[in-house]
Amino acid sequence: MKFQAASDQSLLVYVGEEIGAAAHERVLRLLLALQREPAAWIRNVQPAYCSLLVSFDAAVVDHAEVQARITEYEKRAEKLPAVKARLVEIPVCYGGEFGPDVEALAAKSGLSPAKVIALHCTRTYHAYFLGFAPGFAYLGDVAQEIAMPRLETPRTEVPAGSVGIAGRQTAVYPFATPGGWRLIGRTPLEIFKKDREPMGWIAIGDQVRFRPISHEEFAWRSRG
Amino acid sequence: MSSLVVETPGLLTTVQDLGRVGYGAIGVSPSGAADPVALQIGNRLVGNAPGAAALEMTLAGGTFAFPEGGVISLAGANFGGQLDGRELAPWRAHAVMPGKRLTLGATRDFARCYLCVAGGIQVEAFLGSASTHLLSGLGGWQGRALRKGDVLPVGEVKERIRQKKMAAGVLDALRPRKTLRVTRGPQSGWFGEEIRKRLLEEEFRVSEEANRMGLRLEGPLLAAREKKEMISEGAPLGAIQVTPSGQTILLFVEQQTTGGYPKIANVISADLHSVGQLRPRDTVRFEEVSFEQARALWIEQQRLLESEERLFA
Repeated sequence: MKFQAASDQSLLVYVGEEIGAAAHERVLRLLLALQREPAAWIRNVQPAYCSLLVSFDAAVVDHAEVQARITEYEKRAEKLPAVKARLVEIPVCYGGEFGPDVEALAAKSGLSPAKVIALHCTRTYHAYFLGFAPGFAYLGDVAQEIAMPRLETPRTEVPAGSVGIAGRQTAVYPFATPGGWRLIGRTPLEIFKKDREPMGWIAIGDQVRFRPISHEEFAWRSRG
Repeated sequence: MSSLVVETPGLLTTVQDLGRVGYGAIGVSPSGAADPVALQIGNRLVGNAPGAAALEMTLAGGTFAFPEGGVISLAGANFGGQLDGRELAPWRAHAVMPGKRLTLGATRDFARCYLCVAGGIQVEAFLGSASTHLLSGLGGWQGRALRKGDVLPVGEVKERIRQKKMAAGVLDALRPRKTLRVTRGPQSGWFGEEIRKRLLEEEFRVSEEANRMGLRLEGPLLAAREKKEMISEGAPLGAIQVTPSGQTILLFVEQQTTGGYPKIANVISADLHSVGQLRPRDTVRFEEVSFEQARALWIEQQRLLESEERLFA
């Protein structure tokens, strides 16, 4: 474990140095340990690929003290049983007006649009963390053939439910927001809903699959 | 219950309190007042809890009516508030008779003015807070900026409100700074001495792209010396990120919770309210302090804000 002060009230805790299952397992365990025994001096924990940003109340503790206490949490985290992943399915209507970037992905990879979609929906993805907007889960890893960087100029509005690719990540936009990911389809699911428990459809650590659906199924699910 | 009627909303007016902290794991940033110092003082002036929900107005205010009357205060930037044509002094409580109208104009100094109402603005809490999160349309009043015709419920006032006068020197001590103090960012080592000096010695200008999510700054380019790929990680409030082309972005209250750009520095907690008062085209400078100094300044600011005796004469 490595520590790095990030601001006067936060400390970055690195539990690994590369994106992958091993580092993320440690992130999840430490997050779980912190959530099991919440401390009043912890204001927020932001997990990511191989780090956690721990924000604290500087009126109560300082960086050195937080570091010592996180080290204690880490010892308890190691003893926790293996984290059991939940399997989540997301129906997606691919291509057409919902997936304006499928053609570009096909052109870049030399594959047919159908093959691009097949590569996306035959994998099971790991939910590394949530960021950008409430309920926005960073899912990986996308097949190398269809990995593509973000758009140079982000769209000013991406419709809610849009499924996109950025590098080897894929994600579903929970809200209509600006966004630069390459759009390949749309889900009729409400990915984040405030009057639901849990609010987010995808949680950190979930295993996520995409299931292709027709326009008809999209239409009736959207009504439902 | 009494009410506040929005006759014209102003440029961008939202309901804000001190925000919702602790939901990073589900991707929710705290939001909350861009100038929490002004919000807390404004609330205390009308007898509210310091973190009660109030209206945050941006660059220009609106017109608001109070059908049942009430007690209000204006804190933060001076938007030239008038009550039925009579100029209202900021930083004090004013009784509003039923049917009277509060009119605000364009800012005369800083970016944000808070309208606090005795009893507080009553909206349904989302994750424990009344703050509006504009990007996702959550919290606040229907998850959006106020519009003409909105009628906001105001809480009941049980006790008589005692008129308070700001103590001498308090507003000067808390006045928004144009030189923001920063601590070293987690990737400051990626930039090298030359670039770090540039951050601290040169002047930056707030661009038109400055909002509650972040402020894009114009100024010297600060491209990192190390061109290695950064793995996205949690980004603290007030982080100064540098894009691959060397542009500087200051992350603010409605920030994205993670980021993949190296962070050269971070605005100290005691100066975050000053960020909330920066307008587009304002110039800023940065000054480095140690983590110990930053912590001491934060504790001192919190003590002052918690002390009615020190705040008011």
